[in-house]
Amino acid sequence: MEIGKSKKKELVKIKSIPYDEFKNNDYLEEMVRELNENGTNVIVGVLDEAINWGRGNSLWPLTFATSCCGIEFMAVGAARYDMARFGLEVARASPRQADFIMVAGTITDKMAPVLKRLYDQMADPKYVIAVGGCTISGGPFKHSYHVVKGIDQILPVDVFIPGCPPRPEAMLYGMMQLQRKVKLQRFFGDVNKKEVSEREYEEMMKRDMTANS
Amino acid sequence: MSVQNKINQQFPTAQIEEKPDRLIISINAESLREFALMLYNEKDFRFDFMRSLTGMDWGEAGFGVVYHLESTDNKHQLELKAIIPDREKPFIDTVSDLWKTALLNEREVYDYFGIVFIGHPDMRRLYLRKEWEGFPLRKDYVRAEGLDMSNEEPDDTTVTWYRDEKGIPQARRYNLFEKEEYVVNIGPQHPATHGVLRFRVSLEGEFLKKLDVYCGYIHRGVEKLCEGMTYQQTIGLTDRLDYLSSLQNRHALCMCVEKAMGLELSERIQYIRTIMDELQRINSHLLFFATFCMDLGALTSFFYGFRDREKVLDILEETTGGRLTMHYNVIGGVEDDIHPNFVKRVKELLAYLPAALEEYRKVFTENVIAKNRLIGVGHLSRENAISFGTTGPTGRGSGWACDVRKRIPYGVYDKVDFKEVIRGECDSYARYLVRMDEIKESMRIIETLIDNIPEGNFREKTKAVIRVPEGSYYTAVEASRGEFGVYLESNGEKLPYRLKFRSTGLPLVACVDTISRGEKIADLIAIGGSLDYVVPDIDR
Ligand code: SF4
Repeated sequence: MEIGKSKKKELVKIKSIPYDEFKNNDYLEEMVRELNENGTNVIVGVLDEAINWGRGNSLWPLTFATSCCGIEFMAVGAARYDMARFGLEVARASPRQADFIMVAGTITDKMAPVLKRLYDQMADPKYVIAVGGCTISGGPFKHSYHVVKGIDQILPVDVFIPGCPPRPEAMLYGMMQLQRKVKLQRFFGDVNKKEVSEREYEEMMKRDMTANS
Repeated sequence: MSVQNKINQQFPTAQIEEKPDRLIISINAESLREFALMLYNEKDFRFDFMRSLTGMDWGEAGFGVVYHLESTDNKHQLELKAIIPDREKPFIDTVSDLWKTALLNEREVYDYFGIVFIGHPDMRRLYLRKEWEGFPLRKDYVRAEGLDMSNEEPDDTTVTWYRDEKGIPQARRYNLFEKEEYVVNIGPQHPATHGVLRFRVSLEGEFLKKLDVYCGYIHRGVEKLCEGMTYQQTIGLTDRLDYLSSLQNRHALCMCVEKAMGLELSERIQYIRTIMDELQRINSHLLFFATFCMDLGALTSFFYGFRDREKVLDILEETTGGRLTMHYNVIGGVEDDIHPNFVKRVKELLAYLPAALEEYRKVFTENVIAKNRLIGVGHLSRENAISFGTTGPTGRGSGWACDVRKRIPYGVYDKVDFKEVIRGECDSYARYLVRMDEIKESMRIIETLIDNIPEGNFREKTKAVIRVPEGSYYTAVEASRGEFGVYLESNGEKLPYRLKFRSTGLPLVACVDTISRGEKIADLIAIGGSLDYVVPDIDR
């Protein structure tokens, strides 16, 4: 079964913001196309939809801020920008309870193992947003001896938000993009598990072995 | 007898150079201890406040340490340069027993240059990991490749150096924490440490026995970066140190370079800069109110503080284009003239704020719980404040008149009438109240200036390539959390030879151990909050 365009829009819907106002939609479409192409059997159960609706609309960030971008992150949580409107309100102090980590601020060599450990402590499914130039490439401190040149060296990043610091609106936009991604991702979760059954897996192994010998 | 004559008499070998604002004295590292004792103890001098301590790499001439001293009574200023000719084994005596601010500053110098301070109780690296190879601020430093992703081991021992009978420096290890002590780790990822600061505390029941600070989780190597940048490029980095004093920090660096070049600025620039600095101070203190109250559990205040802070940011954004890193001051003036709406909106803000402050008073200042948690907690005596160099509202909460705006006026602060808020209670509550009152004083300053901004250039002409005449320069401003100083050493090239920023936060964390001993562990949060440090400014 193919996923139609209208269905697709429905899946990644953010309330009161039209689909076409988001940029990088081609990225999401690519995700869907890949799934379709692989002959994925997409059966979206009602229960499934309900779970993902909840998951996408209540992403809880980890309270994590190392420097300047962190102040803007606080502003996003405070009165004017109020990320609670989008179900992102409950910033958790413990990685065990958080869904995603907003890496807001420069990551230095000394901090890198700590960040990795925090990420490892988070429960699956977990996501990473890289906020600001520093986390993307080292930013203004790219040539420093003690700054990690992009956190994608140590963590898998889902969304990048450029800026120095990004405006609160940009942060909200980035978080919405993550929500949309999460809403689509159920295909991956379900499908990938169903796709390779034990029998298929063994067949694949056999194929590999004959190919190697 | 003048300071100069007296020094000449006692130390004929010392080289003295007289500058309008201070004396510059160069000595050999061997006589440092004796010299320091004299400066500290001699009745006529009493240099009791160490403004800044800087490590230097002078290449062929060896290493060095530069001390900036001030006497709070006599108001003398002095810059002391101690030269260590031996590059292979750089040793120098500690002065951390005289000026406590040297405790962390000397560790910083060791971390940057590998200069060992004999007699310092705790000669560990301050920012970098102990496995780190080499000393990054040496001119011949080459960074080893790779990123170390192994977890850090806590240090339970430290090293101290002494001279044996033959006068040869020897190391001795000792335990920081004994085996039977109950040690708790706080940070670097902790919601109430205001960023990535880490403490290890030893507890006796609920009471703090000892505290060990770990910095460096946001050490970005700014000072080294500056050495590879032109002056116009370096000013971009100051905004990111203490990002709640971004305008003031940049003011300091621009002023330092302008003074060194002998550039005269129009009145208009001075007015704009002063007003901007004060807006920034209001912004910073509002954020302090928001986060400090949140740390103590008053979440409503967090929203109030941020709500009002946004109003200040709107004004700043209209003119500068930025909310946090504003990039407004440039060498020779400001980036662009103030927005046509500026004056009007500032007045609106001034009309709005008193009601908000009154609300804060009702919500938090008069709150019984807040008072119980703050009054008498974290006592920092005046002597300790001076010795640690905790300038800013923290020092003024301990009865020390340390405001740079009054001590060494800059901008147009000498033309406005404002009160330096000083309180004598020395506790967390006093520090909190000083900040709240400073908002009012800042408003008064702005009120006086806003209608009188004179006409003139907003930016003076400078050459495309800026070269600063050879020499050393130190300039300070009153940032939101204290004295932010810039020490510049130039060799006449278009890149600075050494640029050091006097952190406002480093003295503040240095004193945490002293003032929190004997308090409860929950009070550590209140104490840390009331000191209001910003971690990237500590680590730089
Ligand atoms: S990206 Fe810019 S604002 Fe953000 S942490 Fe880095 S320097 Fe600060």
